[in-house]
Amino acid sequence: MLAQFGFGMFVLTFLLSLFSMVTAVLGYFNKSDRWVETARRAMLLTFPLITLAALTLIFLLVSGHYELEYVYSVTSNDMPLYLKITALWGGQAGSLVLWSWLMAAFASAVTLRKWERDRELLPWVIVVTSVTLAFFLSLSIFYENPFVRWWQTTGGEFVQRMFAPAGAIAITPTDGQGLNPLLRHPGMILHPPMLYLGFVAFVIPFAFAIAALVTGRSDDRWIRLTRQWTLVAWLFLSLGLVLGMRWAYDVLGWGGYWAWDPVEIAALMPWLTGTAFLHSVMIQEKRGMFKQWNMLLIILTYSLVIFGTFLTRSGVLSSVHAFSQSAIGPMFFAFIGITFVTSVALLIYRWKDLHSDVEMSSMFSREALFLLNNLLFMGVLIVCFWGVIFPLISELVTGQKVTVGPPFYQRANAPLFGALMALMGIAPLSAWGKSTFKTLGRALWKPSIPSAIVPLVLVILGVRNWIAMVGFTLIAFVIFVTLFEFWRGARSRQKKTSEVFLVSLWQLARRNRRRYGGYLIHISMVVMAIGILGIELYQTTTQKTLAVGEDIQIAGYTLRYDSLAQFPYTDGRIVTRAVLSVFQGGKFLGELYPRYDYYPSGQLMTIAGVRSTLADDLYVVLVNWENVSAAQTPFKVYHNPLVNWLWIGSLIFIFGFLVAAWPVREADIQER
Amino acid sequence: MNIKNFTIVIVYLLLLAAALVPVMVVSAQQPTPSDDQVNAIARKLYCPVCENTPLDVCPTTACHQWRELIRQMLAEGKTEAEIKRYFVDYYGARVLSEPPVTGINWLMYIVPPVLFLGGVYLLFRAFQTWKRLGKDPVSGADKPAKPVVGPEPTIGSGLAASDEYVARIEEELEKRK
Repeated sequence: MLAQFGFGMFVLTFLLSLFSMVTAVLGYFNKSDRWVETARRAMLLTFPLITLAALTLIFLLVSGHYELEYVYSVTSNDMPLYLKITALWGGQAGSLVLWSWLMAAFASAVTLRKWERDRELLPWVIVVTSVTLAFFLSLSIFYENPFVRWWQTTGGEFVQRMFAPAGAIAITPTDGQGLNPLLRHPGMILHPPMLYLGFVAFVIPFAFAIAALVTGRSDDRWIRLTRQWTLVAWLFLSLGLVLGMRWAYDVLGWGGYWAWDPVEIAALMPWLTGTAFLHSVMIQEKRGMFKQWNMLLIILTYSLVIFGTFLTRSGVLSSVHAFSQSAIGPMFFAFIGITFVTSVALLIYRWKDLHSDVEMSSMFSREALFLLNNLLFMGVLIVCFWGVIFPLISELVTGQKVTVGPPFYQRANAPLFGALMALMGIAPLSAWGKSTFKTLGRALWKPSIPSAIVPLVLVILGVRNWIAMVGFTLIAFVIFVTLFEFWRGARSRQKKTSEVFLVSLWQLARRNRRRYGGYLIHISMVVMAIGILGIELYQTTTQKTLAVGEDIQIAGYTLRYDSLAQFPYTDGRIVTRAVLSVFQGGKFLGELYPRYDYYPSGQLMTIAGVRSTLADDLYVVLVNWENVSAAQTPFKVYHNPLVNWLWIGSLIFIFGFLVAAWPVREADIQER
Repeated sequence: MNIKNFTIVIVYLLLLAAALVPVMVVSAQQPTPSDDQVNAIARKLYCPVCENTPLDVCPTTACHQWRELIRQMLAEGKTEAEIKRYFVDYYGARVLSEPPVTGINWLMYIVPPVLFLGGVYLLFRAFQTWKRLGKDPVSGADKPAKPVVGPEPTIGSGLAASDEYVARIEEELEKRK
């Protein structure tokens, strides 16, 4: 009964989104405010309706209605309450519901704002958001319905349907399969909602961009209106990516955080164009240039958002993440094709209107460096996109599937990211408009000096790897330049106001949130790069089968195998756990407890024993895919230098973002 | 014993000794390759059946057997290149972490740098056009820059930039009077 109710709410929401789309279009062409207002209210109504559907599904998950196929596949009796709730996005059907729910939420939030100044944009914002919402709802209604239930047909076959097939009887299993243990990690609980928040939030600036194109507006009002949306979308997308990295590191058991897996890249690509867009719109706001390019960037971001969701859902590129193959692939493909072609056609139609006189007289001006930033991000995008679709092309043309693995991406992207790091150090000291090699050089030489000491220090420490030398020097360069900017600004302010230095610093950041928040984010990125360089260049690993009492050595550490135990846990899983003692130079450092859990559903989860310090991680895994017994226990140990700076950097990132995006009270600063 | 029989015995003993030599060679072979030696090669290969999983961390029984196969091949003295070629011959190019540079796979390596360089070229050409447009057609001097929207001044050098801050702060303090 409840399931039918939930499904009914879906259908209603779907019809309502179609209705709001049609009335918005009619309202625009008939110049009727009443029609547009009807469309707006219809859009607003989609949110409560789909909330009812989503809450129904959550209730069904929590109360163990295993007659529903989705509930059966992602929950079980032994799961705690909070996991049953998060099981909403544990499978394909539920994730699509989450996507639609968030889309309706954001679309409604946007329609709730004051529209007096921008009345003409409203109909098209509604059209774009309702088209997107309708698409995802149609996937849920026609292909991946979470409300289908189990039936047994007269032939004895088990099927999943919304409504009873002729002569079939309803089946109610007494327990479910349970959530895949890999998903029971805090990172995996937060990672899909964060990513989806980011994906869906990017639809809003896109909607405004299309509205500006259709209505022929060539000013940057749409950018100012959606600035906060762009920032928030970018924040969630970034956090979603970092959480995914943390989850992979903790749970997948191969001591790494990023495998250049197609689904990881699918989430990275909109982030790349999103970051380029974030920077590029600053040129448009300051100098009124590159309107056409910014339009193209947001169109690309939207298409990559849908493409990213498509890659995860359609199974077209199987990977560690991919869910099973489903018929929604062609639907996605068609939707991306139609929306991309339509958007680009619109852009071409308005091409001349968006033209602006480009005032760029120097390659060393800030505008030029922003363009270089965009070029580099596009470069990474091309590498990623090509690497992801090439196996498909190869399979289509030659029939043979190939693997494009980490070496390709690392080799191609490393210099591009290196150049981006260099830019992060140079661009803050550049000036808008006229700037020459000399003026830029003069600005740069002071903060560059401390960074020149870094290679010397590295050589003394024994570093011989040239990539490490260049990488760490660039990191130091960015940090020194950015801190110099903070110091310089605070000092100037202090001179005028005689405040205490720290107060000056605080006031400086308060009055220039975007700039100094952005600087903090740059610092966070290079701090993350410290972790990345450490683990990528200096990770070592060793594997050995030990008997109790024996030890395994790596990177100056000795790990002695003390004991092995196997015991059941409260939720029915069998835990096999080893105890190892860690020594360094004879000194006892602590114990590690690598284990693996065997779930009643037959699924296995490997959890590493990790010792984390600022300098490195010691990461031990019980190699459960080889034979394990107390007498012969295989262990795999990873030594990951500097990896924790990756997570520290992400915390700095959050702080920097708060500084950059915190709403400002005074209206006059707001309009900057 | 006559000379003939003695010779036969000696030859027979020598043949026996010669037959023992390969046995000695085999038992004097290097010890079983360690897990680390196997993994050094396995991590460069991908599981032929699971998707996108490197062979050194793949948990399936099949992968376990493949790793043992690598161990055996290493014990036989095969090199990394030979082992890789064996896997490619049996399971196809997908076991490698990068497509071999044959046939259509050339495209994979060529397209990104070509596109990127294309982008660099386009940007460079655009710069030249903008520079040309930015100059006064008669005198050749730079046209005056359009005023910048927002409080940040257009001209700044390393030295003047601190004045930029001072100017901005003065401006804001004025606003607050």
